[in-house]
Amino acid sequence: MSRTPRVLGWLALAGLATGLGAAFAYAPVEVAQGNVQRIMYLHLPSIGTAYVAFALVFLGSLAYLVTRRLGWDRLAAAAAELGVLFTGLTIVSGSVWGRPTWGTWWTWDARLTSTAVMLLVYVGYLLLRGMVEETDRRARFAGVVGIVAAANIPIVHFSVTWWRTLHQPPTILTPGPSPIDRSLWLVVAVNFVAFLLLFAYFLTRRMEIARLEEEVTG
Amino acid sequence: MTAYARRTWIVLWKDLLTERRSKENLNALVLFALLFLFLFQFALGADRERLQAALPGLMWLGFILAGLLGLGRSFLAERDNDCWEGLLQSPGDKSAIYLGKLLANLATMAVVEAVMVTLFGFFYNVSLWATLGPLTVVIALGTLGLAAMGTLFAAMTAQVRARELLFPVLLLPAQVPVLLATVSATESVLLGEPLSAAAPWLKLLAGADVVYLVIGLLTFEFVIEN
Repeated sequence: MSRTPRVLGWLALAGLATGLGAAFAYAPVEVAQGNVQRIMYLHLPSIGTAYVAFALVFLGSLAYLVTRRLGWDRLAAAAAELGVLFTGLTIVSGSVWGRPTWGTWWTWDARLTSTAVMLLVYVGYLLLRGMVEETDRRARFAGVVGIVAAANIPIVHFSVTWWRTLHQPPTILTPGPSPIDRSLWLVVAVNFVAFLLLFAYFLTRRMEIARLEEEVTG
Repeated sequence: MTAYARRTWIVLWKDLLTERRSKENLNALVLFALLFLFLFQFALGADRERLQAALPGLMWLGFILAGLLGLGRSFLAERDNDCWEGLLQSPGDKSAIYLGKLLANLATMAVVEAVMVTLFGFFYNVSLWATLGPLTVVIALGTLGLAAMGTLFAAMTAQVRARELLFPVLLLPAQVPVLLATVSATESVLLGEPLSAAAPWLKLLAGADVVYLVIGLLTFEFVIEN
C-alpha cells in the first residue's frame, strides 16, 4: 500500500545498528558484571516493547467491540503476536543474563513469574484466535479475551509480588543494579527507540498480511 | 431491574432443574473429587505430615480441576435442540443470562467443594470444624473469581472446535492470582490464624472478583451473539 512500512523498516535497521554500536562501543564495561551486563540493552527494550504491544492489544480489543471495525481486530492480533515475541525475547535474554550473574537460568522471582504468566495468557489468546475460523466471531472472542488479559496484568502482578514477599524474606536475587549510570540509560533509550521502530514495522506488515488474508478468505 | 432479576432467576432455575433431574454433572464431579484425593495420596505417598502441609494447595488444585470440568460444560447443554437460539431470542440485557449461569455454576461448585472439604478432613485426618467459618469465606471468594471468569470463557469455548483444550488453556493462566491468593489464605486459615492475618489476600481476591464479574457482565453479549 503506502511506503510508510518500508521507511519504518529502514529506520528500524538504522536504529538497531546504532543501538548495537552503542551497546558494544559506547557503553562502558560494567564494573561488577563485566560484559554480560550488555544484555541489558536487549533485555529492557524488549520488555518495554512487549508492554507497548499488550497495551495495543487492549486498545484494539476495546475499540473493536465498540466500533466493530475489523481494522482494530487486526491491530490487536498483530500486536499480540509481537508482544509474545518480545516477551519471549525478554525471558530468554533474562535467562542468559541470570545464569552468570545469579547462578541460575530460572528462579521464581516475582518479576520473572509475572512475566511468564503474562506470556502464557497471551499465548492462550493466540491459540484462541487460531481455533476460530469465522472472522467476525474470532474478532469478538479475541476482543473479550484481550480485555480480560489486560485487566488481569495488574492483578497477576500484585498477587505474584505478595506471594514472593509474604512467603519468604526478600531474596538475594534482586535483579538489576539500582544506581545505573546515565550513559547506560542513554544506550537503553537508543535501543528502545530502535525496538519500537522495529515493532512498528512488523506491526504494519502483519496487519497488512491479515487484511489480505481476510480479503482472500472473504 | 425486577425483570432483570427474573430473567436471571429463570436461567438459574432452568439449570438447577436440569441438573436435579439428570444429575449428570454433580454425580461425575463428586466421583472425580474422590478420585483426586486418591491420586494426591498416591502421588505424595502415605506420609501424613507431608500431605497435611500440602493440603491448601491440594485442596485448591482439586477445586480448580473440578471447576475446569464442571464450568467447561455449563453451556454445552444449550447447543442441543437449538437452545442457543432460544437464549439469544430472550428479551432484554443478555448479561442476565450470564448472571443466571454464574449462579448455577456457583451452586454446583459449592456442593462439590463441600463434599471435597469433608473428604479431605476424613481421609487426611485434619479437623476442619474449628476453621470452618473462615475457610468458607476464603473458598467463597476464590470460587467466585474462578466461576466468574470460567462462565465467560465457557460460553466462548462452547462454540469452538477444541473446546476441552482451549478452556483450560485460557482459564488456567488467568486464574494464577486466584490460586496464589486462595492457597495462601487457606494456609493461614488452616493454621488457626484469624481471617485478618490473610486480609491482604482476601482484599486481592475481592478486588479480582469484582473485576472479573464486571468484565463478565459487560462482555457477555459479545460472546453469545451469533
